[in-house]
Amino acid sequence: MRKAITGHKAVAEAMRQIEPDVVAVYPITPQSEIAEYYAEYVHDGLVRTELIPVESEHSALSACVGAAAAGGRVMTATASQGLALMVEVLYIAAGLRLPIVMALANRSLSAPINIHCDHSDAYLARDSGAVQIFAESAQEAYDYTLMAQRLAEDMRVRLPVIVNLDGFTLTHSVQVVDVLSDEVARNFVGEFKPIYPLLDVERPVTWGPFAMPDYYFELKRAQQAAIEAVPAVFLEIQREFSRICGRDYHGFFEAYRLDDADYVMVVLGSTAGTAKVAVDELRAQGMKVGLLKPWLWRPFPIREVAEALSRAKAVAVLDRAISFGTMGALYEDIATALYPSPRRPVLVNYVYGLGGRDTAVLDLVKVFQELPTIKATEPVLRYIGLRE
Amino acid sequence: MAELKGWRDLPIGGIVLGGTAQALNKTGSWRAERPIWHEEKCIQCLQCWLHCPDDSVLIRGGKVTGIDYEHCKGCGVCAAVCPKDAIEMVSERGAECARP
Repeated sequence: MRKAITGHKAVAEAMRQIEPDVVAVYPITPQSEIAEYYAEYVHDGLVRTELIPVESEHSALSACVGAAAAGGRVMTATASQGLALMVEVLYIAAGLRLPIVMALANRSLSAPINIHCDHSDAYLARDSGAVQIFAESAQEAYDYTLMAQRLAEDMRVRLPVIVNLDGFTLTHSVQVVDVLSDEVARNFVGEFKPIYPLLDVERPVTWGPFAMPDYYFELKRAQQAAIEAVPAVFLEIQREFSRICGRDYHGFFEAYRLDDADYVMVVLGSTAGTAKVAVDELRAQGMKVGLLKPWLWRPFPIREVAEALSRAKAVAVLDRAISFGTMGALYEDIATALYPSPRRPVLVNYVYGLGGRDTAVLDLVKVFQELPTIKATEPVLRYIGLRE
Repeated sequence: MAELKGWRDLPIGGIVLGGTAQALNKTGSWRAERPIWHEEKCIQCLQCWLHCPDDSVLIRGGKVTGIDYEHCKGCGVCAAVCPKDAIEMVSERGAECARP
């Protein structure tokens, strides 16, 4: 059914349909509405979830870890400083291979304090071992929340999954979202199968034991294998979901007018929507431009991205966070992907949109227009919409 | 030491299956102080058994029968919670060591 709802409501609706056993959550702007909607569902008896209103995000994710180890299906949501507080426990959730699904309403990190969108919170969790997916729209946030649950719980994966949606731009904007019927959504998500649940007292296990230098390395290699298993499972789940929802999800990224593009932009999240307008305008003027919008950011689809970009003359990689002292994290992913390629396009890094700075169609048109003039003999880092 | 396993052969998330940690790791060698249980003072309230973080207070038929020195790390919680001072902590230095 098509509904006019915010990104937050779309995520909350997906969570209601998933109906986890436990939701432990602490409110933070701009994520708070997800917690509020879910608390209403619990109050109104629409879900049987145990909602734990904890005293901090560190406690929220800790409660999720305990509940997931106990054998429950578990979800949470956060943003910005809240994610920063969760990060210690996020590494533990990944190391313990707990399938916790989390909505991250992307917001900048302090200081200075700011409540608006950028991706520095997601980047902070880049190496945590959690799978990270980026949504362009409220529809994608809804769809990928359902898919994330399947991905996290797949026996080949069993990892926490973060679904990123841009704070305010997606979380608080009303868009038309096609929401599946509860029955179809629940059948897609399926039953949760716990592994070695702590509550199974007949078969006791120890979760979170110490590992000395003789085993820590092997356990981390096993964790790498788990996240390396994600791409194949991701494609399977997309195929199945596309069949039931009628929308077309295939691949680790959306390739928009990319096939014959000379000049390409790579960007995460809602700004991809702005970039599509810029691409259309320049195509109408005869410039061969295209867009690559990663859905799956961790694990990063290195080979597929390299294949898709190797025909371009130049690529603008947009990072909505500064990786202080080096190039942007997404730029580094793209550079890593392209380095072994025999055909390497000129690669330019643009930092944009920090702390909610608006990025307009014209800003992105200018990026495309200056790309042919850049002869990169060394890494180029530029800023979009910044006052000198 | 048992033969070390490769990364493909480890349980998910590094969990330890029930009982295996206790069988393989004789943590009694960590102990600096040893609890001595005095049966004549003991009123069988089981507070020591309840509080022991290492399951090292031996029990049979619902009654304390002694201490598992192969695993007791000598933390002294049992002696601290005992209402009758029936558990005494003595230095391992000079005493006969229970190293496995």
